[in-house]
Amino acid sequence: MKLRSLSSRVTLSGAFVSLYCLVFAVAARAQGQDRAPEYYASDIQYGAQIFAAQCASCHGPNGDQISGVNFRAGVFKRAVTDIDLRATITNGVPGTLMQPFPFGASELTGIVSYLRNMVSYNAGGGAIGNATRGQALFAGAGNCGSCHAVNGKGPRSAPDLGDIGMLRTAELLHRTLVDPAGSMLPVNRPVHAVTKDGKAVSGRRLNEDTYTVQILDEQDRLVSLNKSDLREFTVLKTTNMPSYKDKFNAQEMADLEAYLLSLKGVK
Amino acid sequence: MTHSRRSLLLLLLAIAIPSGLRAQGTQVTADRLLHAGDEPQNWLTYSGSYMSQRHTLLKQVDPANVKNLELKWVFQVQSLQKFETTPLVVDGVMYITQSPNDIIALDAKTGRAFWVYHYVVSPAARPCCGIVNRGVAILGDKLFMATVDAHLVAVDTKDGHAVWNVKLGEPGAGYAMTMAPLVVKDKVIVGVAGGEFGIRGFISAFDAATGKQAWHTDTIPDPDQPGHESWRGDDWEHGGAAVWMTGSYDPDLNLTYWGTGNPGPDWNAEQRPGDNLFSDSVLALDADTGKMKWYFQFTPHDPYDYDSVQVPVLANANWNGSPRKLMLWGNRNGFFYVLDRTTGKFLQGKPFVKVNWASGLDANGRPIATPQPAGATTYPGIQGGTNWYSPSYSPSTGLFYISTWEDYGTVFEGTKAEYKQGTRFTGGANAAPIPGADNPGGGRASPVNTYTEAMGHGGVVAIDPASGERKWHFEMHDVNTSGILTTASDLLFVGGREGYFQALDARTGMLLWKQNLGGEIIAAPISFQVDGKQYVTVASGNNLFAFALRE
Repeated sequence: MKLRSLSSRVTLSGAFVSLYCLVFAVAARAQGQDRAPEYYASDIQYGAQIFAAQCASCHGPNGDQISGVNFRAGVFKRAVTDIDLRATITNGVPGTLMQPFPFGASELTGIVSYLRNMVSYNAGGGAIGNATRGQALFAGAGNCGSCHAVNGKGPRSAPDLGDIGMLRTAELLHRTLVDPAGSMLPVNRPVHAVTKDGKAVSGRRLNEDTYTVQILDEQDRLVSLNKSDLREFTVLKTTNMPSYKDKFNAQEMADLEAYLLSLKGVK
Repeated sequence: MTHSRRSLLLLLLAIAIPSGLRAQGTQVTADRLLHAGDEPQNWLTYSGSYMSQRHTLLKQVDPANVKNLELKWVFQVQSLQKFETTPLVVDGVMYITQSPNDIIALDAKTGRAFWVYHYVVSPAARPCCGIVNRGVAILGDKLFMATVDAHLVAVDTKDGHAVWNVKLGEPGAGYAMTMAPLVVKDKVIVGVAGGEFGIRGFISAFDAATGKQAWHTDTIPDPDQPGHESWRGDDWEHGGAAVWMTGSYDPDLNLTYWGTGNPGPDWNAEQRPGDNLFSDSVLALDADTGKMKWYFQFTPHDPYDYDSVQVPVLANANWNGSPRKLMLWGNRNGFFYVLDRTTGKFLQGKPFVKVNWASGLDANGRPIATPQPAGATTYPGIQGGTNWYSPSYSPSTGLFYISTWEDYGTVFEGTKAEYKQGTRFTGGANAAPIPGADNPGGGRASPVNTYTEAMGHGGVVAIDPASGERKWHFEMHDVNTSGILTTASDLLFVGGREGYFQALDARTGMLLWKQNLGGEIIAAPISFQVDGKQYVTVASGNNLFAFALRE
């Protein structure tokens, strides 16, 4: 049974803590550290609050707004170890906007704990299921692979989900599965254009500005169009992705989300 | 000498001086600054003149030939920070700033550098929102630059060496400066940024020759001053009301005008009951003493970060049939205001974008607040219906032009903030109306527009000050962060986040010319003339581009 509250602040479930340990074990190996630092749910929660107040205005809520830095993906410009991270936060980086932050020890522990676990932190506090079962649902009953590729395996008609676990929180993944049209990032919307000489182009929007639009069309071609050459241009608010709200039960949904969260790109 | 005769003489002089010798001779006196608009071959103050209309009398480039504009030179700055400079141009020499606080003197005709002044910024500096600088001011043989570690520096115009340097506040406590200073008579006037760090804002004037402080006016009144009753307890000590954009000046009234920023903490207004004077206001200060003549508060008790730091645009126009000294103000809060700049009296105010935080303004211009329920979207969003981007007023068309963020909203959430010196004091968080979608916030981090129209879009709006209504609207796909320049030939130049530099017909809003410069344009264009040729420049990405008509 899964409980989910969109508005209330949360305590982290036991399931979450074990996931943190799992995530952390992978991270620690990648960094070649001798001993796995321990992160505690309360520190992560505390760090999330500090992050929102002190860091998010520059780094963005997902920690990816500064070029070359992506906290959820574990991409830092300088820091490798937690000690490095603490030093960067405390001392700042001269010549950049990263100022010194006079945080106390517990605040630093909180922030570092949060940064290291941002990828799996779920402000909504929902339960996380079984990723292996989720992978089976992705390929099977969910039919997700008919539109989405994972790390290049599959079609391109919808975004490749190979690193979706880096990009979306558990909460946002859940919302997308429940309400795909409402949660779809606007840039990814399907578009349909007809040129003045009658050629029709349909596909997924990659980028747009006042005068041009860039599309991955249905034949997997990168197409850039001048709007002044078009007689028709429509951005669809709908999506072919179905809602899984009534298709999957709570456990299946949690399993699928666990699988998506486990997708962290090609390493 | 009348203004027109003076400008004719200066123009003739500028044309008569042979190429290569342009930079020699005349200094920029206080009198020249007073009539800066009358020597359109130069750009002598941040906003082009004390009226801050960002309007040039040059007419060589016009709607018929603007399609023949071509790139004449590019200057690349050695910084990847946001490039927000407005150049000054003085008799063929251009002065720009690059991040963090360098001044560069260029040949305005070729873009080649004469010298670079490098200022070493304190590592304690913590500007809230970008290590940026918007330009210098000039008087005599000195340039004046406000720094991100809250110093004011005077630098020699000829060799780029510092002459004096004064400290205005503790950078470690969040005091910072990003604006171009305003020179009036023999004084250099600046304000301080730091509204996200719980500073107490102020405006200060310094003797241009020595750097000695002439006056200091706090933007949050002391306990014995009027307006202090709008604060509870000691909230005022770290209540913000920063001043981070260049003011304007009316020599007849001897008043300088300054916009002030948000009260702190930004989003948790419950924590600071009262109107929080003089946050989100325009202040009219005596140029000689700093004494406040009047104030007008746009957004009392602001929970949305609606800084009112916009450049005050002054216009002399008819109001209800009689000539009147007006102030035109497109505010971050989404309303366009007309004030009487002699008295501060509110004359008119109407929304210029979608607004739902207030249902309108009462007879005195005070908003009728309609706070949205928790979790609902407030319009305009946190970056406002516009922000600090320089607007323009054209006496030729009689229209006010402003860059806008349309249909752009934010879900605000205020939480209690504890003031701790040197840390952010914002009190909450804000989110995009679409969960997980990027808010089109401080700047473009990517050439891909991940915000798109669902998150807000923008453009340029022309407003008729008499009615407060839109005359025309030029639609952009992204939100618009660019300043605006208008010309006496009825052209309007504007950039934008997408990196296009555009010329519109100022009367109709029709697109006449565009050039893809490839980098976000946050600064404002200017125009000047050298050796009989009119140039238009704008900063885009990390480059300054200069255009003029093809030979």
